[in-house]
Amino acid sequence: MADTVQTWGSTVPDKAAAKPNKMQKFLRQRSTIAFLMCLPLILIIICLVIYPAFYSIYLSMLNKSQTRFIGLGNFAFLISRDTFWQVVAQSTIFALSAVFFKALIGLITAHLVNNLPVKGQRKWRGMLLVPWVIPLALSTLGWWWMFDPTNSAFNYTLRSLGFEGIPWLSDPYWARFSVILVNVWYGAPFFLIMYLAALKSVPEQLYEAASIDGASAWQKFIHITLPMMRNIIAITVLFSLIVTFANFDIVQIMTAGGPRNMTHMFATYSFLLGIRSGDLPLGAATSLFMFPILGIAAVFILRGVRKRGREIG
Amino acid sequence: MADVELRNVVKKYDDVVAVASINLDIPNHEFVVLVGPSGCGKSTTLRMIAGLEEITGGEITIDGSVVNDLPPKDRDIAMVFQNYALYPHMTVAENMSFGLKLRKFPKAEIKARVDNAARILDITELLARRPKQLSGGQRQRVAMGRAIVRNPKVFLFDEPLSNLDAKLRVQMRTEIKRVHQKVKTTTVYVTHDQVEAMTLADRVVVMNAGRIEQIGTPNDLYHHPATRFVAGFIGSPAMNFVPATLESVGDGLRVRLSDTISFNVPESRVARYKPHAGKQVTFGLRPEHITETRGHHNGTGQEFTAVLDVVEPMGMETMVYFRINGTELCGRVEPTASGNAGEQMPLRANLDQMHLIDPATGLVL
Amino acid sequence: MSTITASVPATKPMRTGASLRRSRRWALFASYFFLILFAIFFLAPPYYMVVTALKTDGEMAKLATNPWFIYDGVTLDQFRILLYNTDFLIFFKNTIIVTVCVVAITMVVSVLAAFALGRMRFWGSSILATGIFLTYLVPDTLLFIPMFQIVKSIGLLNSYWGMVLVYPTLTVPFCTWIMIGYFQSIPKELDEAALIDGAGHMQMLFKIFIPVALPGIIAAMIFAFTVSWAAFVYPMAFLYSSDQQVLTVGTVTSLIRGDVYKWGMLMAGALLAAAPPLVIYAFLMDYYIAGLTAGATKG
Repeated sequence: MADTVQTWGSTVPDKAAAKPNKMQKFLRQRSTIAFLMCLPLILIIICLVIYPAFYSIYLSMLNKSQTRFIGLGNFAFLISRDTFWQVVAQSTIFALSAVFFKALIGLITAHLVNNLPVKGQRKWRGMLLVPWVIPLALSTLGWWWMFDPTNSAFNYTLRSLGFEGIPWLSDPYWARFSVILVNVWYGAPFFLIMYLAALKSVPEQLYEAASIDGASAWQKFIHITLPMMRNIIAITVLFSLIVTFANFDIVQIMTAGGPRNMTHMFATYSFLLGIRSGDLPLGAATSLFMFPILGIAAVFILRGVRKRGREIG
Repeated sequence: MADVELRNVVKKYDDVVAVASINLDIPNHEFVVLVGPSGCGKSTTLRMIAGLEEITGGEITIDGSVVNDLPPKDRDIAMVFQNYALYPHMTVAENMSFGLKLRKFPKAEIKARVDNAARILDITELLARRPKQLSGGQRQRVAMGRAIVRNPKVFLFDEPLSNLDAKLRVQMRTEIKRVHQKVKTTTVYVTHDQVEAMTLADRVVVMNAGRIEQIGTPNDLYHHPATRFVAGFIGSPAMNFVPATLESVGDGLRVRLSDTISFNVPESRVARYKPHAGKQVTFGLRPEHITETRGHHNGTGQEFTAVLDVVEPMGMETMVYFRINGTELCGRVEPTASGNAGEQMPLRANLDQMHLIDPATGLVL
Repeated sequence: MSTITASVPATKPMRTGASLRRSRRWALFASYFFLILFAIFFLAPPYYMVVTALKTDGEMAKLATNPWFIYDGVTLDQFRILLYNTDFLIFFKNTIIVTVCVVAITMVVSVLAAFALGRMRFWGSSILATGIFLTYLVPDTLLFIPMFQIVKSIGLLNSYWGMVLVYPTLTVPFCTWIMIGYFQSIPKELDEAALIDGAGHMQMLFKIFIPVALPGIIAAMIFAFTVSWAAFVYPMAFLYSSDQQVLTVGTVTSLIRGDVYKWGMLMAGALLAAAPPLVIYAFLMDYYIAGLTAGATKG
């Protein structure tokens, strides 16, 4: 036996003497290859994110026909318009209230699902995530149909229960409510999934230790669950704030900003100005106003994600 | 198969010295174990031999040629990792043949080698399984099989048994030794477990803080440790160390451990220790050389009495712990010896096995 | 001493044991009750879409019957009209072409970059990783106006190939980000073993990393697929003729002709358009969810 093992001979040629410094070459080659592997990504980021971002700034300083440089003229024009400030307010209201309810519903449903026997959790989770899976534009179309003034399925139900029908999309305030409702419907399942995953990552022993210490269910939630989930809650809320603030599909499809511009958001308003009315510079200026707000949220998210990465290890 | 030489090998991470100038000659066929506490540089040394770490200074040669600048694949070595590092998506056979396939060996030869290695390791019936379906011991065998099929110049083992439970570890230890006796490949083995080092090695290299403390056969290290570190590291439970004074008594010498306890130095050692008379020393004696007074007598045993702190029956023997001048010592006595915590027990120290250490340099005198 | 230990356990554990069981059962019952309410809220719209798509136009015109149910019989007429009388199939074809291209581009770009960033470390690699994450946070509605100008200048305005160009900005950053996480979770010893076995960089990537991180690859592919399938702003802004249109925009704009909303057909279209993501979700739910949650935990 030993003989056969030994006669396996070294078919591998001995290059050791031939080429010195191969190790260094190997390492140098390694970082060159690494850079080359990143190159497509870097090109995409530079050409399709960074360049457009700077181009956007340039564009926003031109006049409508893009023939003349007008400095901050577009920004000054926007600031002087009531509609613009309405858009600022509406985007903020929309984002804050929608995210609040998404997070709340997400937290509640995550706990409810987590209470169930483990066997059934998968099924419920699968069912409750469906709104998130349907492309938003298409489900919004479905909501629009449910809000339809003559055929509204909601109003039929309300009337058959003895209530008045509601002018869902024609009354400005109900329209605001409706777009927020659709966003909550669409986004809450995302929070549910994130929170459920976070709940599962809390070690069971902590709860057992707390039980032995005599903590009630509520105390366990306040003193164990919330602190353990604080980071993930912060990340999801901030992330959702960005996405919700910049939302386009729901408002564009259901109200296109109306009635009386009462549901316009940054995205739809800049679409209206830039694409529909053909004033690209003004549209660019509008969307640029989103930048600082989103930037601040992004920095906080990054901090949270790093922290969570370290916690998880 | 080949010999491995390390010449003044240094490894620095920025300014932190992980390995400080190591010299080591490993002749062909030898099984060398690098042992030491974590962070002593043993794994770094192994990884430098493997080519996974760059060498800051010095030279490593395998089979006579310098490999400093060679990437791992050109060094013709094979390595077994602590967590086995089996490719989870490949079967056992694929895991073992991966290196040969990359080196474009003919199919028939690959199959022959895999079958042969599987036979040596007794894993033939596992060849079609995936690592997930294997137990820890089986994974360990496969990891060794992956090394064997390559028939490399050198085997490198990086704490290969640390992830196994105690029983399996003993079993695999024997297995590794058996395989080495069969294939006789030069082997460098890293572990923090001195028992593993003692049982496996032809020669043990004890490392500490990036330096080699001592190189020697297991028996050498046990009986003739060169430093206090080696004396304390090899052997379990560890050697007892007590601060003492070396006194001259006529022609002879005495080590005084406390006001009441002192031992005569055996005549055979007097000449060796004479130059240090009158100095502060550290007295070292292994627990197995502090026994009870009953049973076979030999001349050099010197008796004393101690008040027991803790008594730990182990079945085949009983550990007794007591204090001399505030320093805790351990002795191994017959399980039949009666003695409870708080009671006095007469004990005998076998001073033929004593060591004296210079407390300033840590060197054994 | 003995009296205390004897009296306390005698009464208390039995009572708490029973009430514990009862309160558990109540909690479970309440959980189911509220979950059913939430499920109704979450599933009512898709349910209503299905009901509408299966109704006849005649039944829909009758305002008297309960719209939540079908009384006059189930019909596939709406689907037939959709497929034969509209450009829906063109939208579908365009969307498939765009999505397949975008998923392919995304996977190539992000797997290569993630491998380099997750394992090889080079000058500036950590800055780049952070940059990728920040890019992922840039919403599409922030840059669609300069992008309009860029797409126009390349001559891809009103062409679905323009979508193939711009969608990767939405998919690549996140996919790279989660792939970095997946690659980093592969034990370092595995590539060292491969290195010693003689694997080069590309062999390491294709023979070790991609197979081992396959769940991550699938999760990233699903993400890229769903994002490019559901994208709305870009096609809304850049595409205007029917033969170039994609499903999302095509369904909500082109199918609506004048003031007469053919709701049954619209819902049939929305359902068919939503079917591919739903089918993928149904079969690969675990990967889908893994990808979703990976973004906030990796890195």
